[in-house]
Amino acid sequence: MNTTAVLVFDILLVLSLLSLAAAALTTRDAHRSIILFMAFGLVLALAWGRLMAPDVALAEAAIGAGLSGALLLAAVREQPRQTLTAETKAVHGGNDAGLKVILQSVVILLCVGLAATLSWALAHAFDSAPNNALAQAVQENLATSGVSNPVTAVLLNFRAYDTLLELAVLLTAVLGIFALGPARPGYRSAGPVFDSLAHWLVPVLILTAGYLLWVGAHAPGGAFQAGAILAAAGVVLRLSGQRTVGLPQKRVLHIVIAAGVGMFLLVGLSLLVLGRPFLGYPPAWAGGLILLIETAAMLAIAATLLLAFLGGRPQSQRLHGTLQPVTPTLRSGQDAGTITESRNSSEEKRPC
Amino acid sequence: MLTAQWLYGITGCLIVALGLRTALLHALLLQRVIGINIMGAGVFLMLIAVAYRGPGVAPDPVPQALVLTGIVVAVSATALALALARRLTAEQNND
Amino acid sequence: MIDIVSSLLIVSGLGFYLAGSIGLLRLPDLYSRLHALTKADNLGLGLLTAGLTLHAQDLFIAIKLALIWLAVLAASAASAHLIAQHARRRETRT
Repeated sequence: MNTTAVLVFDILLVLSLLSLAAAALTTRDAHRSIILFMAFGLVLALAWGRLMAPDVALAEAAIGAGLSGALLLAAVREQPRQTLTAETKAVHGGNDAGLKVILQSVVILLCVGLAATLSWALAHAFDSAPNNALAQAVQENLATSGVSNPVTAVLLNFRAYDTLLELAVLLTAVLGIFALGPARPGYRSAGPVFDSLAHWLVPVLILTAGYLLWVGAHAPGGAFQAGAILAAAGVVLRLSGQRTVGLPQKRVLHIVIAAGVGMFLLVGLSLLVLGRPFLGYPPAWAGGLILLIETAAMLAIAATLLLAFLGGRPQSQRLHGTLQPVTPTLRSGQDAGTITESRNSSEEKRPC
Repeated sequence: MLTAQWLYGITGCLIVALGLRTALLHALLLQRVIGINIMGAGVFLMLIAVAYRGPGVAPDPVPQALVLTGIVVAVSATALALALARRLTAEQNND
Repeated sequence: MIDIVSSLLIVSGLGFYLAGSIGLLRLPDLYSRLHALTKADNLGLGLLTAGLTLHAQDLFIAIKLALIWLAVLAASAASAHLIAQHARRRETRT
């Protein structure tokens, strides 16, 4: 490997990362910054591949660039194209220009100080010899962990408790999204070209998700990437005008969302009852238990990300709504099962 | 200690600073959310740079697992923030 | 020998990418920009994957690379169609 060529590649990659981040953050147009953010995510996935982190690269490309970008684009869809006009500047700036300049310079000093402190901490960490204790511990215990991919072993066996808490964070986020309002209005069918793309793309995505789940045990992959790709299949269905986007209906949906945390707790508590520590898998069953937990986690992650894209409680009614634009009237305590709410909050006139 | 570690680590620090500046100062809420996401990306760069061990050597899997967790948590926090923003504008329009 | 052919293919693929990006920056109209970008980028990706296929260790990797190219072809064609359709509808509406 020619080290000069690798160095040139690294410098180019780093420069594109910095310029994409700066461009995404300083532009005044919301749509433009979202597109630049997605480009930043994809170049970041390249950087993960270069730094020998393929699991992270898969997750970044699927979740960080793809689904985050889709979420942001769906969020700005309802607003008119937002730019920093003179009015918004006046509203946010206030009439005290001197105070504003002082505030801006204080914040910029804070950011420069943060960058300096982080660089100093990094230099300090790199000065001492690399600490390989954890990596060696993982390598020694990999044979009894049930999988041969070290990242999966760390995520689902050695640090399974952290993954349980992460799935709980996902559950909390989706509960918050449920509580904040009904789902965004849907999309109409975009024509035969996109429909035919969705016809073959969605089965391929589902197949790929299953493959990533299976192969995560011995190669880069795993439950998170598989869940993200399943959610992407749901997003494609949503964009082509489908109503139910593959999500199950009310009770089953609640079970699927809670399945990640639920399966973890079920396995952990059963092991407690059997006399082992919480989430301490017996080596003979470790592979099977990890696959079981990963399957439940994949479904939960896919449902959560898809509900995040929908933006709220999905509708379980199949009625077509009226066409006039209405702001959704929210009634506390009602779910989406009532006819009144579905008429009020169903699709408004979709923008062209 | 390796050149790649230095390069990507310092880039991570700079990206954190850029994201923080936008998260605090920008007028549009959406750009502030993007700024927080980019701060997260900078932190991940620093973590993976610490985990890198060289071209032929296996990297350290523990920071990579941390970053994987971080990516998923970041997207769920973004989703909640966007839902909050949507409800906020709906409430402001209803006044 | 394989290295030379593969490098030639990859460099010509990059040339097509460059041409597509220049078209994105310099062409006057949304439709012409879409047209240049989609066509040039797809062809560039095809040459890139052809160059990489020559370095593939076995047949499966070569098939996967070809499938990647076909999938990107279909997806970029569909998204270019959608963008043009949206722009057209917005034009005829105003």
